[in-house]
Amino acid sequence: MSAGKGAVLLLGAGSDMARATARAFAADGHPIQLAARHPERLTEDRADLETRYGVPVSLHAFDALDTASHAAFLSRLPELPQVAVCAVGYMGDQAESVADPEKATLVLRSNFEGPASILAHLANAMAARGSGVLVGISSVAGERGRQSNYVYGSAKAGFTAFLDGMRHRLAPTGVHVVTVKPGFVATAMTEGLDLPEKLTAQPDEVAAAIRTAVAKRRNTVWVRPVWRWIMAIIRAVPEPVFKRTKL
Amino acid sequence: MTRISGWGRFPRRDCRVVRARSEQDVARAVAEAPLIARGNGRAYGDSALNAGLTLDMRGMDRMLAFDPATGQLTAEAGVLLADVIEAFLPRGWFPMVTPGTRFVTLGGAIAADVHGKNHHCDGSFRACVDWVEVMGPDGTVTRTTPGEDLFDWTLGGMGLTGVILRAAIRLRPVETGWILQRTIPAPSLEAALDAFEANADAPYSVAWIDASTEGPHMGRALVMLGHHAPREAVPVRLRDRPVTARRQRLQVPFDLPGFTLNRYTVGAFNALYYRLGARKSGEHLVDWDSYFYPLDAIGNWNRMYGRRGFLQFQCALPLSTAQAGLTELLTRITAAGQASFLSVLKRFGPGEGRFSFPMEGYTLALDMPVNDRSLRLMSDLDRVTVAHGGRFYLAKDARLDRATLAEADPRAEAFAAWRRETGRAARFTSAQSERLGL
Ligand SMILES: Cc1cc2nc3c(=O)[nH]c(=O)nc-3n(C[C@H](O)[C@H](O)[C@H](O)COP(=O)(O)OP(=O)(O)OC[C@H]3O[C@@H](n4cnc5c(N)ncnc54)[C@H](O)[C@@H]3O)c2cc1C
Ligand SMILES: NC(=O)c1ccc[n+]([C@@H]2O[C@H](COP(=O)([O-])OP(=O)(O)OC[C@H]3O[C@@H](n4cnc5c(N)ncnc54)[C@H](OP(=O)(O)O)[C@@H]3O)[C@@H](O)[C@H]2O)c1
Repeated sequence: MSAGKGAVLLLGAGSDMARATARAFAADGHPIQLAARHPERLTEDRADLETRYGVPVSLHAFDALDTASHAAFLSRLPELPQVAVCAVGYMGDQAESVADPEKATLVLRSNFEGPASILAHLANAMAARGSGVLVGISSVAGERGRQSNYVYGSAKAGFTAFLDGMRHRLAPTGVHVVTVKPGFVATAMTEGLDLPEKLTAQPDEVAAAIRTAVAKRRNTVWVRPVWRWIMAIIRAVPEPVFKRTKL
Repeated sequence: MTRISGWGRFPRRDCRVVRARSEQDVARAVAEAPLIARGNGRAYGDSALNAGLTLDMRGMDRMLAFDPATGQLTAEAGVLLADVIEAFLPRGWFPMVTPGTRFVTLGGAIAADVHGKNHHCDGSFRACVDWVEVMGPDGTVTRTTPGEDLFDWTLGGMGLTGVILRAAIRLRPVETGWILQRTIPAPSLEAALDAFEANADAPYSVAWIDASTEGPHMGRALVMLGHHAPREAVPVRLRDRPVTARRQRLQVPFDLPGFTLNRYTVGAFNALYYRLGARKSGEHLVDWDSYFYPLDAIGNWNRMYGRRGFLQFQCALPLSTAQAGLTELLTRITAAGQASFLSVLKRFGPGEGRFSFPMEGYTLALDMPVNDRSLRLMSDLDRVTVAHGGRFYLAKDARLDRATLAEADPRAEAFAAWRRETGRAARFTSAQSERLGL
């Protein structure tokens, strides 16, 4: 069973990527902590992890936007996790975010402020212990602001920089930080969009990439490597040309 | 809209596909529009296609409970048999009944009431199902058990009784992941049938049959018998292996040109396969994966038949007419010179259920590329099947016509009537149910 293996915490545990990631770690025998706004909707997921892998699983109420509650949230966990994966995110609707800055604020806070807050609390606790791995799911959308999704993209850019900075700061403490840039992933967030098959990862692939990144202490993970080159090109387009594109 | 198909990649349809992750998602979909549930798309034809709304059940893939005292597993309908094996073979359990691929969902196995190599001993999938929870046309969920109408129509009902949400199935205790296999070469159809009859007590039996040779060797076959190996039959170093499946090392990365498989290449393959198989005498150990799922080792093998896809013909013939019917079928197939790469013959035990496929006798399955000649040949094979009192497997079908189904299987009309009376005909429809007037 789980002899000696540290717990893995999933934040935003109801997302397809988090569910796949929980399975990947449970398969290795890690106890699992599932945290989401509606933990009561995760009872089947708990049963699934227990039935398949025989690991202990706990459910926790967690709202990324309620930053004042984050310290208390941590203190209620059965143990300080060995690995914490943050899959919290909210894409919103770009047109609405443009028309109503209040809506944009919700996107900014959900992708940056909330995730940064909870990971900062975890980072301090892990640094005090002297071990642990933090995994933040950011996005290639943060590589360059584009008219079609810069609200979501800028929040992810902020989150990416935050993760980079924490990795730098925590390096001497033994705590490691992984930044995941998944590219397109077939999940609830992208359902109904016509995504190109070759550029679209399955949640299982993201989960496998996270598991490997944690084991090998990788810094930044591009789940489908082609995305690294796509974004390099998009970043390289000079601004005068860029302004004339519809990207 | 997404372009999807069954495993045979024919026909392909633009469908609105919605993924269900929870019962609430299913309820929303059922309230919205006429629909069909889809599992892992391993049925060959159009049974899991509905242009208006196809409900992808792979998001409901949670295992809910397991009772080691009885081997009963409760799980959501989108769980794959592959997942069941991965989780439970290391604990000494294996599915009671499994089709020739492990990449089917529980929902798909129930809806088609699939059969395995042990049908003659253990019956079809229903034999291991304790209950099924089905969402009906008005969104209510019913847990149904053997003996009830809803249960009996759902097993074999091809998704047309409602959306299967969860089920409880019983697994089989096994001591190892190994099978003891014995191959009997049969130089003719008659010899193959004799081998099946003489080995009725072998827990698993199936024959690979050469459907490309005419004359005295027509229907030559390799009859493969098997049973789960007990611990003492397996060398100590292998006892606890292999518990995990082989990785798919081979992939068919793109559509092969349509001419790759023709009567010459397939004929040569069959001749070679027979000769190699005939050499392996005696009993030997085979791992569970190679034994039950030889094709699963090759990813996307359905691309071998080229862009246009392929068709599978599978019928069952009653015992009394099996030999005459099979002879007639093989005569037509070999005369047409239509390449069939994978042809399988299997003995069925007594059939059960209101609309399940198996009937006591023999079943023949073979596949061929989609083209006019194949379509003509298959219509011929339909006639032969009907003339011999046989029936057709809807999980493989992409092209049967309504009149032929009605002629072969009077149960179809009763099923359609029951669907109308219970309000299901208006809510659960697939491209197949429309074609066949179910
Ligand atoms: C290589 C290969 C070998 C095979 N060997 C065998 C064999 O030996 N024996 C055998 O019996 N079959 C065999 N089959 C056929 C296969 O087992 C069946 O077609 C099975 O139904 C596929 O399951 P699926 O989950 O892929 O379902 P799909 O193909 O997605 O759907 C099949 C049917 O099930 C219904 N369905 C699926 N999920 C649900 C649900 N949740 N609620 C209601 N209805 C649902 C669909 O509406 C559809 O009518 C084989 C197929 C392949 C590709
Ligand atoms: N799908 C893609 O193509 C893609 C690409 C790159 C990056 N990403 C990122 O990958 C992560 C996972 O996304 P996904 O694709 O799996 O989509 P998703 O299902 O929408 O997942 C987002 C998750 O965030 C949770 N969440 C949102 N706001 C929250 C809050 N205030 N507090 C707590 N949880 C909150 C949601 O929980 P609820 O169930 O409570 O709403 C949901 O589980 C996200 O960070 C996303 O931005 C996705």
